[in-house]
Amino acid sequence: MIRWMYAFLAILPLLLGAVRADAGERFIVLQSTTSTQNSGLFDYILPKFEQATGIQVRVVAVGTGQALRNAARGDGDVVLVHSPADEARFVAEGHGILHCRVFYNDFVIVGPNLDPAGVGGLRDAAEALRRIAAAGREGRVVFLSRGDESGTHKKERALWRAAGLDPTAESGSWYREAGAGMGATLNMAAGLGAYTLTDRGTWLSFANRRDLEVLVEGDPRLFNPYGVMVVNPKRHPHVRFAEAKAFRDWLISEAGQRAVASYRVHGVQLFHPDVRCGDMPTPEARP
Amino acid sequence: MDELARAFGLALGLLVSGDRELYGIVALSLEVSLAATLIACLLGMPAGMALALFRFPGRRMLVVATSALMGLPPVVVGLFVYLLLSRAGPLGALGLLYTPAAMVIAQTVLVTPIVTALTRELGESLLAEYGDFLAAMGRRGLRAIPTLLHEGRHALVTVALAGFGRAIAEVGAVMMVGGNIRHVTRVMTTAIALETGKGEIALALALGLVLLTVALAVNALAHLTRLREAELAHARA
Amino acid sequence: MPVPELRLLTGGETPLLVAEGLTVRIGDHPVLEGLDFTLPPSGLTVLLGPNGAGKSVLLRTLQGLLAPVAGRLCWRDGDPPRRALVFQRPVALRRRVRAQLAFALSCAGIPRRARPARIAELLELCDLAPLARRPARRLSGGEQQRLAIATALALDPGFLMLDEPTASLDPAATLAVERLLARIRRRGIPLLLVTHDVHQARRLADRVLFLHRGRLREEAPATRFFTAPASPQARAYLEGRLLP
Ligand SMILES: Nc1ncnc2c1ncn2[C@@H]1O[C@H](COP(=O)(O)OP(=O)(O)O)[C@@H](O)[C@H]1O
Ligand SMILES: [Mg+2]
Repeated sequence: MIRWMYAFLAILPLLLGAVRADAGERFIVLQSTTSTQNSGLFDYILPKFEQATGIQVRVVAVGTGQALRNAARGDGDVVLVHSPADEARFVAEGHGILHCRVFYNDFVIVGPNLDPAGVGGLRDAAEALRRIAAAGREGRVVFLSRGDESGTHKKERALWRAAGLDPTAESGSWYREAGAGMGATLNMAAGLGAYTLTDRGTWLSFANRRDLEVLVEGDPRLFNPYGVMVVNPKRHPHVRFAEAKAFRDWLISEAGQRAVASYRVHGVQLFHPDVRCGDMPTPEARP
Repeated sequence: MDELARAFGLALGLLVSGDRELYGIVALSLEVSLAATLIACLLGMPAGMALALFRFPGRRMLVVATSALMGLPPVVVGLFVYLLLSRAGPLGALGLLYTPAAMVIAQTVLVTPIVTALTRELGESLLAEYGDFLAAMGRRGLRAIPTLLHEGRHALVTVALAGFGRAIAEVGAVMMVGGNIRHVTRVMTTAIALETGKGEIALALALGLVLLTVALAVNALAHLTRLREAELAHARA
Repeated sequence: MPVPELRLLTGGETPLLVAEGLTVRIGDHPVLEGLDFTLPPSGLTVLLGPNGAGKSVLLRTLQGLLAPVAGRLCWRDGDPPRRALVFQRPVALRRRVRAQLAFALSCAGIPRRARPARIAELLELCDLAPLARRPARRLSGGEQQRLAIATALALDPGFLMLDEPTASLDPAATLAVERLLARIRRRGIPLLLVTHDVHQARRLADRVLFLHRGRLREEAPATRFFTAPASPQARAYLEGRLLP
């Protein structure tokens, strides 16, 4: 009896493998960020693309930094991330081509609803961070950073620079680095009652908020543009260029933009279409 | 408390309703970890017995190495296999990264040292008991290995289950080399990490319950095997 | 010197083994030192000696498990005969009795088809037939000892050694093993038996080798050894006052 159970276990992988044998499919690997994945955007728009083209999109959701590093090694066909400066460098170094800005959303600073730092309602993100730092040094609040080189982390550091502060010197006290994805960081912030910077998309679809709420929004510096690029097939000949380009083209097409615009969480639109290809100055003044 | 109860309710609902995505994830987890365990056993058991049996220069180093590698963190294995399979890596041309095959490779790397080290320990105790007997029966050297594996079969099942338990529960390695791609490389542990990331605690808990059930089943099997082992093995007066 | 005497004993047959100057070390420790002795081609030889004398080491050397550092073993046919050794602790595999015998037969190179008949024969010979389907490790001490002997016999040995086979058995189990040894002896297989039981040695032995502290102190026909031991050590041993 036991012998039969083991025999069964030994051949189970073969059985399961046979059931799932769906090789020969056309697919691309998309290196992207946790924010797009966790917000549910991909689950909403990718089936539309797959239906239109028959190309399966396999999403690897990591931080922007890691997504770009993976893609630079050739481990991906197309990239969708949110860090304009890094994207520009990626293209300049010859790793990516056909770069376009495709949509944007914005960042918000969330924190405990009791708001001991008193930042609720501010429209100036830099001022908010200064107040959080001040309250933090008095031991009254904690700020939780992603600390993972993601697009959100890079944006947060830019905001600290704008506030004229370098909190990493105080890392471990009131400034804590999670080294985790957006969702995991929000979970921690909810548990700690800490302030953190998050993209609105992840925030709106995040289900475990406890007493966190949005305290700071609307600063132009909180603008969060996403860009798409195809991995350079001259560098990496195995790149499924036609399929990757098909995805990039669909994203900037009217159909793709409509799909992005129509994604809503609790009735709120998360991503705003905004196509710009070629040379792009970094506009700081968008809503 | 309320949250936990709600999560459990949802978890049970998902399990009972036979959610296709959930079952796909569970099936892939089993497939990958069983395949990895099987390969690790095919490699590690003869290797472990050979380590117990033979004295050769460098043996001590191998013994220490396998024991040390037993505790290798899965992410380190993941990173190593990622660098190997990445397009820029030595095996990049195979195009295996972000496929179930890559996950099987990573878990095999993770589990093989465990199987090897535990088999070596078992082999040494079997040799203390049967070494002279086998030599007197003309089963020396390599020819002793099949008999030792057979005599240790019940203990080896426990070894294999230990390896499987480690494989099915790890997240770091499969996350890195599989990429947690929906419908392709998403397994229970990476799905739990993702759902937790989305704050979908209930779904994460549902998967956790399945993982727990699998772990319980594995341990029940190990226990049954031990009972059977007792019948044939532990009957010395 | 011993050879003419042996001819007398064995009716002029060539000895199975002549050992000359046999010396065995374990580590740096000399365990056997310059042993000269002969083994007759049939009959039962008892190897006596206090604990730690080197009896088990001698058996393991004759079985080929230990290599002598000096001296020679001259077997009758040049090459050693097929030999089998029943260890001091009987070996019971994690299998059933039948399966253990089948394993031993496969070691002897007996083809699969021929095994059932040989198994039946061995079970019969060793009084194990009713236990054929029992797990080997579930047998009593006496039964395990008979299984170990049956396992050794499965090799169809031309020379059988037994290391204290009755050391931990009750009188009935001891008697069963002794009967079995007598049967084997009648089949013409030469036997070398280690025992501490002097009465048993008297009952079974045709010849005696007496070992003390790694040296051979006496080699004699059983009757003479037990009535008139030549060496002071053997005398002291039989009187129960020899220190190891
Ligand atoms: N594997 C071993 N390692 C070291 N010493 C051993 C080993 N086997 C036997 N000896 C030594 O050799 C001597 C003879 O042992 P043994 O032949 O087992 O004695 P006995 O006559 O009681 O069977 C003893 O002094 C014992 O300590
Ligand atoms: Mg002994």
